[in-house]
Amino acid sequence: MILLVATFIMGIIAVLGGVGGGVLFVPIISGFFPFHLDFVRGAGLLVALAGALAAGPGLLRSGLASLRLAIPVALIASSCAIVGAMVGLALPTNIVQLCLGGTILGICVLMLTAKKSTLPDVPESDKLSSILKIYGVYREESTGETINWKVHRTPLGLCLFVIIGIMAGMFGLGAGWANVPVLNLLMGAPLKISVATSKFLLSITDTSAAWIYMNQGCVIPMMVVPSLVGIMLGSFVGVRILKVVKPTFIRWMVIGILAFAGIKAFTKGLGIG
Amino acid sequence: MSQDQKIGPSPEQVLYANILNKGMLIGLGVLLITFALYVFGIIAPYVPLDQLSNYWGHSVTEYLHELDIPTGWAWLGMLGYSDFLNFIGIAFLAGVSIICYMAIVPTLLKNGDTIYAVLAILEVIVLTAAASGIFGSGGH
Repeated sequence: MILLVATFIMGIIAVLGGVGGGVLFVPIISGFFPFHLDFVRGAGLLVALAGALAAGPGLLRSGLASLRLAIPVALIASSCAIVGAMVGLALPTNIVQLCLGGTILGICVLMLTAKKSTLPDVPESDKLSSILKIYGVYREESTGETINWKVHRTPLGLCLFVIIGIMAGMFGLGAGWANVPVLNLLMGAPLKISVATSKFLLSITDTSAAWIYMNQGCVIPMMVVPSLVGIMLGSFVGVRILKVVKPTFIRWMVIGILAFAGIKAFTKGLGIG
Repeated sequence: MSQDQKIGPSPEQVLYANILNKGMLIGLGVLLITFALYVFGIIAPYVPLDQLSNYWGHSVTEYLHELDIPTGWAWLGMLGYSDFLNFIGIAFLAGVSIICYMAIVPTLLKNGDTIYAVLAILEVIVLTAAASGIFGSGGH
């Protein structure tokens, strides 16, 4: 029940703070609950997966998530997530805690410093994205404009998804925090397309890693199911109260919570937490 | 780049979304039912609920060893226990993307989108390989 309440609150905060459920779930649950990190990571991936499965259909139907952009990226990220999961399960727990702590603190820095570009300037598509026909068009509801978009730096972007996939698998974090900057700031996809496609991407990236954790026995239903339900219900509520809450305040709160959880993971890894 | 694209998702994108939605609802529904059977004690679990907290702080290697729980797809042979019944819904949710990818391959081929059809088939192979349990782990 405590887990259900905690993940429900996390689901609300995740929506308001503009982060995925996974990036909050693993550091907070591993830092403040008695579950071993092996099970927390398995549950974290399933939580992120469930959120992506819930949001994916709507995002795809609306055209905000792009299947053409997602398919090549997902292939690389999901393959590497398998590697990350295997490495993460093979490493000693304290090493994973140290790396997790460092990664969470790095995410905090990214959240503090990363700019977002609503409509990046992409002069022309690169050769790879032209061959793969990664481009699209959507209607920006806030202005009524029709936006044609395309991407560039596709080879570099795909290389970064190697690292993103490995980290997603290793830490069970879900990777949305990294997908959006790469899609938006590096490859030049509009922010809405990047956020929506990232959310949908998690349903594929996290699937591959989740299977590794499941097959290794890292799933305890009493942890996973309340967490899934809590995050999904919290997300549902979060979307509704997003209209009235100041997102900036929530974002600072998320950064603070993550920083605390990151430090806790770090000290746990050093054996002093 | 084509400048006269229509707004809106492609047919394969809509197909993927529809299957994903149905799969998500079915998986979630199954999960909620099996979890109710588990948490309300309607079917007995393998690990009694009051003893679970003694083990969830251990590493997965210790947990599996102390409770003599097999790994991989061996849970299929333990569906008589309510805790393992939950794996049906979890496995379905984890597997729905494979079904979606398989479903769009014919549409992609029909449209002459051979590159994406190949990418989709490769993804099916990757996800199926992950699901199969062929990737071992050294454990802690």
